Amino acid sequence: MAGSAPTVDPMLPRLARVRRRRRDGPEIWTLELDSEDGASDGFEPGQFNMLTAFGIGEVPISMSGDPGDRLIHTIRAVGAVSAALAELRPGAQLGVRGPFGIGWPMAEAAGKDVILIAGGLGLAPLRPAIYRLLAERGRYGRVLLLYGTRSPDDILFHRELEGWRKRFDFDVEVTVDHAAAAWRGHVGVVTTLVPRASLDPHNTIAMVCGPEVMMRFSAAALKAAGLPDEAIHLSMERNMKCAIGFCGHCQFGPSFVCRDGPVFRYDRICGILSMKEI
Amino acid sequence: MHTIGLAQIVKEHRFFTGLDEAHCKLVCGCAQNVRFEAGQYLFHEGQSADRFYLLRHGRVALELSAPGKGSVTFQTVGQGEIVGVSWLIPPYRWTYDAKALETVRAIAMDATCLRGKCEADHDLGYEMMKRFVPVLVDRLQATRLQILDVYGTPR
Repeated sequence: MAGSAPTVDPMLPRLARVRRRRRDGPEIWTLELDSEDGASDGFEPGQFNMLTAFGIGEVPISMSGDPGDRLIHTIRAVGAVSAALAELRPGAQLGVRGPFGIGWPMAEAAGKDVILIAGGLGLAPLRPAIYRLLAERGRYGRVLLLYGTRSPDDILFHRELEGWRKRFDFDVEVTVDHAAAAWRGHVGVVTTLVPRASLDPHNTIAMVCGPEVMMRFSAAALKAAGLPDEAIHLSMERNMKCAIGFCGHCQFGPSFVCRDGPVFRYDRICGILSMKEI
Repeated sequence: MHTIGLAQIVKEHRFFTGLDEAHCKLVCGCAQNVRFEAGQYLFHEGQSADRFYLLRHGRVALELSAPGKGSVTFQTVGQGEIVGVSWLIPPYRWTYDAKALETVRAIAMDATCLRGKCEADHDLGYEMMKRFVPVLVDRLQATRLQILDVYGTPR
């Protein structure tokens, strides 16, 4: 149609190059990207892109950067594709499709307290939400991050966490599953921090991201603290392929994680969350 | 005067929320204010578990020593929480070390005194069990999650 914007094929990757590459933990790398076509990289916190390592394959990776800035992805090198992406050096080319999915409920959180619970690499998909919360700090009540990881050596975004902890308007608690005696911080799973958080259960929105079992335990801890199911939001991970709800690879009960998620309200998924068959 | 202060502290501690007056009086008869400086041990593995602690201020690291690894902290507990459940179960020996990470103020409960009162008054014993079992269940759940090593690299 003459005069209308060109249709963007959601299955066609755009080209991007690695601008910067930084190691953020054992087998974890953060890539900062430049789009080659100059198209907008805007996204909502909690959304994901499909990243292509040419000649190897494509994987879904959440955005981990500032929604108002260039694309940043944090990748754990665990499979052939993610390992190839993590190996890309500055200047190397990759494919990007997206952004896809429904992200964190930022609008719903306005005017309320926000508790973010992250486990391990789960801090990466929550980081854009943290940037947004801090950029618009006046719109929200108390903001609290509980972050759990394996050991002090595995703490993601270490320097940034230290910076956040120094702020007077952002409560940050970090715990590790085990540590040598020299560690002065919390030890224990992240769920143990929830009862200590003194939440206002009727005015709090929870955003939880991490391994699924950790999210189940976190949701239980939040419910025990009085939060209703509707106030708890989890970011699910499934085997996304097309990312637009066609192929069915990421089916999760009646939903597709790529299209209806990855962020789901707990009351909509709690019935199937612990089903092994799903 | 001191006893009234202690009763108030015990009643306001999260572990004893809602404890009735009669039981509170019994419990307070076994209670004592204590303080530990940073680095000081509350107890060591193998010692007689003759107390448990209601933490009022400060954090405590629970440690185990492993050959070649030194002391490994497997849990930290803080204000509003308790340290020590071994006093409940024979042979009443601590199974780990507990070290103050900072200045710790706590209420120490004399275990022999409290066990005696629980034996004599089963309502008190049941009340104590209702408060300790959730702590044990929470710690069991947390331990399961730790054992699963969910943050490890999937292989």
